[in-house]
Amino acid sequence: MIAPTDQVKMYKLMVLIRRIEERVAESYGEGKIGGFTHLYIGQEAVAVGAISALNHDDYVIDTYRDHGHFLARGGDPRKFMAELFGKATGICQGKGGSMHLADAEHYFYGGTGIVGGSIPIAAGLGLACAYRGDDRIVMAFFGDGATNQGVWHEGLNFAELWNLPVIFLCENNFYGIGTGVNVSSSLSEVHKKANGYGMPGYLVNGMDVLEVRKTCEEVVKLVRGGSGPALIEARTYRYQGHSMTDPGRYRAKAEEDLWRKRDPIPRLAKHLRAQGICDDARLEEIEHEVEDVCEDAVQFALDSPDPAPEALYEGMFKERFAGDPHA
Amino acid sequence: MRELRVYEAIAEALAEEMRRDEAVFVMGEDVGLFGGTFRATEGLMAEFGSRRVRDTPIAEAGIVGLALGAALAGLRPVPELMTMNFAIVAMDQIINHVAKMTYMFGGQFDLPITIRAPGGGGTQKGAQHSHSIESWFVNAPGLRVVAPSTPADFKGLLKTSIRNDDPVLFVEHELLYSMKGPVPDEDEELLIPLGRAETRRAGGDITLVAWSRMVHESLKAAEQLAAEGIEAEVIDVRTLDPFDWDAVLGSVARTRRCVVAEEGWRTIGVGAEIGSRIHETLFYELDAPVQRVAAADVPTPYAKGLEQAALPDADDIVRAALKITT
Repeated sequence: MIAPTDQVKMYKLMVLIRRIEERVAESYGEGKIGGFTHLYIGQEAVAVGAISALNHDDYVIDTYRDHGHFLARGGDPRKFMAELFGKATGICQGKGGSMHLADAEHYFYGGTGIVGGSIPIAAGLGLACAYRGDDRIVMAFFGDGATNQGVWHEGLNFAELWNLPVIFLCENNFYGIGTGVNVSSSLSEVHKKANGYGMPGYLVNGMDVLEVRKTCEEVVKLVRGGSGPALIEARTYRYQGHSMTDPGRYRAKAEEDLWRKRDPIPRLAKHLRAQGICDDARLEEIEHEVEDVCEDAVQFALDSPDPAPEALYEGMFKERFAGDPHA
Repeated sequence: MRELRVYEAIAEALAEEMRRDEAVFVMGEDVGLFGGTFRATEGLMAEFGSRRVRDTPIAEAGIVGLALGAALAGLRPVPELMTMNFAIVAMDQIINHVAKMTYMFGGQFDLPITIRAPGGGGTQKGAQHSHSIESWFVNAPGLRVVAPSTPADFKGLLKTSIRNDDPVLFVEHELLYSMKGPVPDEDEELLIPLGRAETRRAGGDITLVAWSRMVHESLKAAEQLAAEGIEAEVIDVRTLDPFDWDAVLGSVARTRRCVVAEEGWRTIGVGAEIGSRIHETLFYELDAPVQRVAAADVPTPYAKGLEQAALPDADDIVRAALKITT
């Protein structure tokens, strides 16, 4: 049983991610955000359900669709928006951008723009846990596309071989950009790939935040207890295109409509009402609270300074030498 | 002073740093039970056990990625790539991840990772196992690149690299492993700073710039040149990033002539950058254009004669030097 206060928190977090992503899309359209921007709209239940099952000092590592995980991990919406705006006050001082959010304070090791690239790194974080013998674990988020990369295989092989405490969490949204999982993966039921490594594989409904949370709690307990790594496949859907520049013409309207009917936010709202945890007034209030956070984040980003020109050569090395550029 | 071979100096450096700091550990293909394909991790498994000396699958990208993750979480890994050639397999992890994460995450994380990579040609290992590709890594900002030439430097620079909080690619030429040389006793802490070149031979007529194995070819060349009455100064740059520009430019300002010798390919090699910087900085003080001695721009051939023709040696350095001194 998930405590009612936790359920409300999860609801609020999903609404925050949804609304802030809408603001991101708006700001992108206004030219305030550049480069690649991959929205998390539709997949909120996965990040929120899974991360809420972790301890504060567990390690989380991510792919490039990292907005939702950053916020679910407790990242500051102001620093998030400022990073996307390329401002000095961004979480990475404007040097990372949408795909490279990281947050040391929350043990969030960031988004990589290379599909599958984070998987061996996740195993390495797990190696550190095992090496020190502490009871931390690692959760690695990635998409279905990553499971066809060579390093994905290497990471899972290492993790099982060395019994590392890593949860590999695949958000199967059925598309790697515009190519379907059924035409890119020899086994499109991703959780079954776990069999190849001798680790347990789980399938969850990624549109149901309570189910994600429940399964993750169970798996977290096992992995923390020393059972070795696990693979979870959460089936979900991104409502938007792969990135801001993708109109998504490769998907059928009927398919999109079907998934929108499974939207995790109204689903949890219905549950909260039915359980008497929240009434309509409280749900409305949450919308307003979230709206204030989003407005504040955008305003903060707008008001923040650009990185100073001197920042260009800063932060590459911890120790600098006479021969370095602009040392 | 006692003498050690290069592989012994490496093993000693690793053992000392592992004794000093529990966070330091070694991982790689055949580094444990086997003792390292070039014996550079010999004895470590017996002293430190399989937790800190980790035999890995043949999965170079995985090895680097795991080391990176461990470094992010506060450990100080020293992964070994069995050869530099396999660094190519791990290139995405090295360039896109190890070299980027400090800067692109706004300096939030330390990355104290030292990747050891034996490489180089000269032993008829053919096209895929003879790489000297340090230029590739120097070209990518975010990595320190260290390429020692003597047993003492291997030890002192490896210890410093391990203690450094930034990622280091530690280049080890395979033909140097059995080379003997003086190394201070174990009770003397040997730490050599990065970014400082060493003058291996003083001379006023021409500067020979080299690192790794080419330092020894340059010293041989200097002896041959001395017989012709030309005194060469040999600068061992030791670390390619950070680079000791003051030492190189200072020497060339005095000698007014320079040959850069490297085992990597000539086109857009490290020598091209060094020569270019010298020309940009000292153009009007030079008596002759900087010469480059480097590998022929072909995949390294197997046949002994062809391989020798492809790789640079002392004779090539002498020829290049004579071209601008006589």
